[in-house]
Amino acid sequence: MTYLTVLSSLGGGVLIGLAAAWLLFFNNRTAGISGIAAGILPPWQQGDAWRYWFLAGLIISAPLWKLFGGSVQIQIDAPLVVLAVAGLLVGYGTRLGGGCTSGHGICGNARLSVRSIVATLTFMTTAGITVFLVRHGL
Amino acid sequence: MNLNLSAFISGLVFGLGLVLAQMTNPEKVLAFLDIAGNWDPSLALVMVGALLTLGTLQRLIRKPSEQIQDTDLQTCVNPKAKIDAKLITGSAIFGIGWGLSGFCPGPALVSLTAGLAGGYVFVAAMFIGFLLFNSMHRGR
Repeated sequence: MTYLTVLSSLGGGVLIGLAAAWLLFFNNRTAGISGIAAGILPPWQQGDAWRYWFLAGLIISAPLWKLFGGSVQIQIDAPLVVLAVAGLLVGYGTRLGGGCTSGHGICGNARLSVRSIVATLTFMTTAGITVFLVRHGL
Repeated sequence: MNLNLSAFISGLVFGLGLVLAQMTNPEKVLAFLDIAGNWDPSLALVMVGALLTLGTLQRLIRKPSEQIQDTDLQTCVNPKAKIDAKLITGSAIFGIGWGLSGFCPGPALVSLTAGLAGGYVFVAAMFIGFLLFNSMHRGR
């Protein structure tokens, strides 16, 4: 891990924390991405417009970063079939568990919510086991 | 501040954080999750930076739990919410998907502008997963 990696990782984390605090302060909302994204599906409710604006900001961040000279590295090695299965599991699992890496992992843990701590330990463990099996076990 | 504008700014800063930390790169995320391999611990620092920042700021903001309109029925903010089988099962399923792909919801959405088929397939499947949950568990 280089000095630059340490800085960019910490700095990225600080920005994520700032964004979550901002949404909490101005919108009274937790920055849980799975919940915000799933909320654009029907049944639609009044006052859901902010979701589209949040997601628009999120999606536009990478091209904007490039525009100002930053580099965006995205390398996907998994086959499409695996990605389709993984997407289904992530979509269904985050709804059933009520949060993902952002909702539980950052917002919930920052509030020391026991549910979020348990959820985070659970998905970290199954993710670790899955990677181990794929890379070293099978 | 206008709720849509503040949400846009939050989403933008959140995405820039993911990009800067390279959490948007599935291969980097998988290297973080692969403790037995050539382990890349840097993503733990993303968590540290985010938790310290949010933890400090929310103490200053002092927003009571009741005021927060959490998307997931206050599951991550309500201190009285119980740990149940849904929480464990759902999180376990999510972890398997995360481990298979290296994508969690935020980075997957950011990857949409990269023009990669894998990103499109993952996000489409993720929304089908949301719909599957809605149809199985009646509403959200």
